[in-house]
Amino acid sequence: MTAYEPVIGLEVHAQMRSRTKLFCGCPTEYGAPPNEHTCPVCLALPGALPVPNEKAIELAVQAGLALECEVAPHSVFARKNYFYPDLPKGYQISQFELPLNGAGHLDIEVDGEPKRIGITRIHVEEDAAKNIHGSGSTAVTVVDFNRGGTPLIEIVSDPDLRSSEEAEAYLRKLRDLLMFIGVNDGNLEEGSFRCDANVSIRPVGQEEFGTRAELKNINSFRFVKKAIDHEIARQEGVLQSGGTVVQETRTWSEAQGKTISMRSKEEAHDYRYFPDPDLPPVVVAEERIETLRAALPELPEAKRARWQKELGLTEYDAGVLSGHPEIAKYFEEATQAFVDQSGAKAKAAGKKVGNFIQAEVLRHVTTDGLEALFPVAPTAVAELLACVEDGTINGKIAKTVFASMVETGTGPKVIIEQQGLAQVTDTGAIEAEVSRILEASPAQVAQYKDGKTNVIGYFVGQVMKATKGAANPKAVNEVLRRLLDER
Amino acid sequence: MSGFPWQSAFEIRERVAAGSVSAVDVTRAYLARAEALNPTLACFLTIDHEGALAAAAQVDRKRAAGEALGPLAGVPVAVKDNLCTRGVRTTCASKILGEYIPPYDAHVVEALRASGAVLLGKTNLDEFAMGSSNENSAFAHVHNPWALDRAPGGSSGGSAAATAAGLAPLALGSDTGGSVRQPAAFCGITAIKPTYGRVSRYGLVAFASSLDQVGPMARSVREASQLLEVVAGHDRRDATSAERDTGNYLAACDRGVKGLRVGVVRDLIEGLQDADVRASVESALAALEQQGAILVDVALPHAQHAVSVYYLIATAEASSNLARFDGIRYGLRVQGKDLTETYTNTRAEGFGPEVRRRIMLGTYALSAGYYDAFYLKAQRVRTLIRRDYDAAFERCDVVCTPTTPTPAFALGEKTSDPLEMYLADIFTLPPSLAGLPAISTPSGLSAGGLPVGLQLVAPPFEEEILCSASQAVEDGSGLLSTHPTALP
Repeated sequence: MTAYEPVIGLEVHAQMRSRTKLFCGCPTEYGAPPNEHTCPVCLALPGALPVPNEKAIELAVQAGLALECEVAPHSVFARKNYFYPDLPKGYQISQFELPLNGAGHLDIEVDGEPKRIGITRIHVEEDAAKNIHGSGSTAVTVVDFNRGGTPLIEIVSDPDLRSSEEAEAYLRKLRDLLMFIGVNDGNLEEGSFRCDANVSIRPVGQEEFGTRAELKNINSFRFVKKAIDHEIARQEGVLQSGGTVVQETRTWSEAQGKTISMRSKEEAHDYRYFPDPDLPPVVVAEERIETLRAALPELPEAKRARWQKELGLTEYDAGVLSGHPEIAKYFEEATQAFVDQSGAKAKAAGKKVGNFIQAEVLRHVTTDGLEALFPVAPTAVAELLACVEDGTINGKIAKTVFASMVETGTGPKVIIEQQGLAQVTDTGAIEAEVSRILEASPAQVAQYKDGKTNVIGYFVGQVMKATKGAANPKAVNEVLRRLLDER
Repeated sequence: MSGFPWQSAFEIRERVAAGSVSAVDVTRAYLARAEALNPTLACFLTIDHEGALAAAAQVDRKRAAGEALGPLAGVPVAVKDNLCTRGVRTTCASKILGEYIPPYDAHVVEALRASGAVLLGKTNLDEFAMGSSNENSAFAHVHNPWALDRAPGGSSGGSAAATAAGLAPLALGSDTGGSVRQPAAFCGITAIKPTYGRVSRYGLVAFASSLDQVGPMARSVREASQLLEVVAGHDRRDATSAERDTGNYLAACDRGVKGLRVGVVRDLIEGLQDADVRASVESALAALEQQGAILVDVALPHAQHAVSVYYLIATAEASSNLARFDGIRYGLRVQGKDLTETYTNTRAEGFGPEVRRRIMLGTYALSAGYYDAFYLKAQRVRTLIRRDYDAAFERCDVVCTPTTPTPAFALGEKTSDPLEMYLADIFTLPPSLAGLPAISTPSGLSAGGLPVGLQLVAPPFEEEILCSASQAVEDGSGLLSTHPTALP
């Protein structure tokens, strides 16, 4: 039986986070009542004309820069012509021959193996509106034009991916990157990050590509792997049984757990692309490119490397804490505040803050797109950990205090004060308590005197119990040893 | 009202401003004339009686309150029905937009309102501005006021005939390949096709986006120049609108032509079949020379390809521009059993034969496998035509040709042969393709008493030169006080 190798290329449509649409001033905000965010331009009323949104162009340039693309100083909007009710002009304004961003790349890693995936191009285009189909025999379809005209970038990869795992890794990495630079909110559910896959297979060792199928509608990370794996298996089945794969567009059906043919190559549209005469070429001067490059935030990969080097994080911790741009920001702010308040060294600070956030804070965090909701401010976490650092409380009490902080929204110092949780480091008070316990435990004292020194753990426990955990364990140990030795 | 209906926009404005006549009275008089003559001429598709009187009353109120009045205060203007007017039906003379009422004003309509002009109504045109005789209107054929059996020209035939017939002193048209200049020539008036980008296209229903420009039309060069001053200027709602200051077009009319180098495209003029047109051009050139202009010979070797280039580019753009008329959001919808049939029915019933022909031509020119051979090649030849002008303007300041090869042809004469009709635009197409400003102004009358127009073309944004030179032509022809004779 012939062994086959899959060849996969991905086309990602990512909505850009500009406040307004690509060619008019309507808001891009999600969730408004139907057709509220419309105007003559995005409804394609007679006589209305598109005017490019400079902010969207800049976001697209930044996406290109983050993916190491060559930014074209001169690119052209083109019309992609086809009829559909969600396309009010009867054409989509996109880019064809001269895209904004040329070749670039994205480095991924699968099972510890690094791999560079080529980016063919990134072009700018407008999103379609949304057809809403009714059901039943007298059903009508209505159109909501709120989404129509939302700025998108289409990121086309080279056919460099060789497995569904690589495809998934590429998508996750790409989404991560676009979220960190604030270009896209990574919201697959709301459709702001969408993916089509071109999948073909070829006998291992063969240079030439096989015939590809284009998979549409694989809009969740869960589906990507399933859909691609299914398609690879389907094509293998066709070839093994002596058939030939036909070039076609297929869609992933989650309900049926398989890909289904939508249209063949013969039924494919002739989009009649031509440069849009309403729009002059997009000119991005070298100077502007450099300004935008300088304005790019630190990319997640660089951030993780820096954290490992400067903040003492493990690769794993760095990965968890950079899982969302807002979490990364939270971690950095808390660490900085902790350094400022406690005078700790950055390396120790990063590790302590990082551990606490992972252990205590993250389970209270909810994210929605680029937004994240935190239970307390990062400075409050820093303040709490500074109290541990200066010995006011111990690590165990810190967890109790944090729980109160989440519950009441009160600052750590107030809680420690109100609940009397400060550690007792006053040797006099500890001595009194230790003396009382030693008096009450003659048997254990005798054991200690017999050389069974590990019984000291029992005394420590008793003291902590009596002080409700507030005694400084180090001080308790010292006092215990001194008083026992004096006996 | 003395001088009615032939008094100029300047005279009307002056009298309204002086209070010797009210804007409402002026408007009533023009509305009455339009309503009386429209059954004969079919210039207007919509006469906005109420809106016009309200605008006029506003001018009178402003005057009474001592407020500053705009340059066209109280002046009635007719507007081509492919320019959007808020609340007033805008049909493009097409069944597909038969009942369409725009929710917004075109940029030029806003500019008119701001100048105090009174919009009388919307003028007839070839459907979606596609045609050279007005016979492609889905609603009515405009008749030429100089001879009712003659075509008024197109596509701005309604605006040209209305101006010529004294239904309004001023009108706006739109010009894609000659659509203000050719009807101006046929109807004996002046029309300017500004430099591409000089006037905002926002609210002009697109035919061919890389060619369309709104153009002023009037009986005199001065009035056309004044109207250009009102509508020209940068508009950020049109990405192709030029960020340049507007000129002093009216003042330019008084500058004379002393030392102006007029480029004569000798082979085009000598190739003219029509002796009247040829004689009229020669007399205009003589008048220019007599007033101090210098005649030089220039050549436009690629102009002969203009018709083919134009009918590839304009139709390609139109095929895409007209895709929005799909019956989904507005306009005519002819329901079918499914989506495809609804599209097909709507567009088959909504568009007339010439519009359908051009959509098909344009779709073909853009199709996979034909794009390079047709659309792309046409764009290359377009560049060559532009370079012809660049070369000519090294030798002259303005290029002169007739506007049309013949005076107004008869209604029905060319309807059976679209190619014959397309050739009527042979002189107006090259400057359109080059994006250059051009003007047509009457240079004489044919033996049969029909007007003949002279076209002048200037370098980009040099409309002022057109105003100076055409004023000299107008002064030389002595036609300004000659009015159409075919009217009741």
